[in-house]
Amino acid sequence: MSFRLSSAAIDAAALMDGLRDARAGACVAFEGRVRDLNDGRAVRGLDYEAYAPLAEKEGERILSEARGKFPIIGAVCVHRTGSLALGDVSVWAAVTAAHRDAAFAACRYIIDETKARVPIWKKEHYADGATEWINCATRGGHAGAGKGGA
Amino acid sequence: MKKSVRVRYFAILREQRGLDEERITTEAATAGELYEELRKRHRFTLPADRLRVAVNDEFEPWEAAVRDGDTLVFIPPVAGG
Repeated sequence: MSFRLSSAAIDAAALMDGLRDARAGACVAFEGRVRDLNDGRAVRGLDYEAYAPLAEKEGERILSEARGKFPIIGAVCVHRTGSLALGDVSVWAAVTAAHRDAAFAACRYIIDETKARVPIWKKEHYADGATEWINCATRGGHAGAGKGGA
Repeated sequence: MKKSVRVRYFAILREQRGLDEERITTEAATAGELYEELRKRHRFTLPADRLRVAVNDEFEPWEAAVRDGDTLVFIPPVAGG
């Protein structure tokens, strides 16, 4: 079980190698990437910022919860910090299990909870030069969690 | 009673404050009172009901007591992924 922040590009192949286990008949991985459009605005890149000590603790709690809820063998989640370009991998989560149902369900749980709970923030840079911290707008109602991303 | 605490700022609060962190002397009894004090002083745009608070790197309720030497972080709505 391991949740990490990374200021460098995520090496998915190396992470996948680390999940090799003869008992695992299934491995499900999810890769979140920087998209060129959010809420109709052209995006040219974004910055991620994390409150590292609590992000790592909360991430580990999520992985531990996934292990309690589903019969899985291994689980890893890595989230980027720093400046990312279009197409860059922002978050990578993978789960191994004896069978695919648990691997799919646990991977979904991990990515959904990570987006909703881990103290990481995203600032989008738009093609017109404007920037915005996602979910932090104070006009136009309550910005829902999970908006604008992987 | 006056207490000295460290406040760290992230994301939109860091930009609105213009600092990563600062040491503050306060008479606020709870984390919620401290946020209101800082929100007024620095004109933070986010109301407390949009935030969470961490004390010494753990989530705590807004009613958590502020103690001398604590480190507090006011956590804007998160947006990982």
